[in-house]
Amino acid sequence: MEQKTKVNAIDNKQEIVITREFDLPLELLFKAYEDPGLFEQWMETKVLKMENKKHGSYAFETSRNGTVVFRANGTIHEFVTNKKITRTFEMENTPFPVQLEFLEFEKLKNDTSKLTMHILFKSIEFRNQLMQMPFAQGINMAHNRLQEIVKKLK
Amino acid sequence: MNLRRDVFQAIADPTRRAILLLVATQSMTAGAIASNFDTARPTVSKHLQILTECELLTQEQNGREIYYYTNAQKMKEVADFIEPFRKMWDDRFNKLEAVMKKYNSKK
Repeated sequence: MEQKTKVNAIDNKQEIVITREFDLPLELLFKAYEDPGLFEQWMETKVLKMENKKHGSYAFETSRNGTVVFRANGTIHEFVTNKKITRTFEMENTPFPVQLEFLEFEKLKNDTSKLTMHILFKSIEFRNQLMQMPFAQGINMAHNRLQEIVKKLK
Repeated sequence: MNLRRDVFQAIADPTRRAILLLVATQSMTAGAIASNFDTARPTVSKHLQILTECELLTQEQNGREIYYYTNAQKMKEVADFIEPFRKMWDDRFNKLEAVMKKYNSKK
């Protein structure tokens, strides 16, 4: 079965490309990024600031049990409705340098759409560290999925 | 010849992932692997070549036959490296889809 979300991380490049096809019309996909209330729901975070315009900026923070566990902010360089967002992304209080993100939104059919996120990092090392950082528990899920596929092959 | 060395390119292909999972349980000859797929034998050989080049598969001569087996270390490196990250985005985007469907039905 084709995976809906794909991540392409080429060995010797300091970038990644994440693509996802959505079972949603383009306008709804874009709205999920544009509307702070909706963004909060799917990102499970709190939007502190969201100025969707050229030279605008944004900030959000995530809390668990009343303690702030994550804060991020960035500057918006391009904001073209239903088309693209170009922005920086910086995680606060971490050693990670700011990264540059190109988000492109495309219509596929009337009720399907595609998002391409192209992320550029300061170095390959930072990219690799980021990809490995907070996801240790995900490994089990990956292994479970592997087992499922093995079962189907038998 | 090494245009295809990239390991993530290698596992992006569904047939190649299926080959890896097939060989994961036991080492097999190219013929035995090919018999599990509808794809033409030369196509399977090409896949095996790519997987061997990026070290996900290793060849071992046993008499006249060449057996392929998975390089567990390399497989683990790749799976650990990319899958949790992909899974995180997949979960996030599934949530986005659910939120927006609900939003749309309320309108």
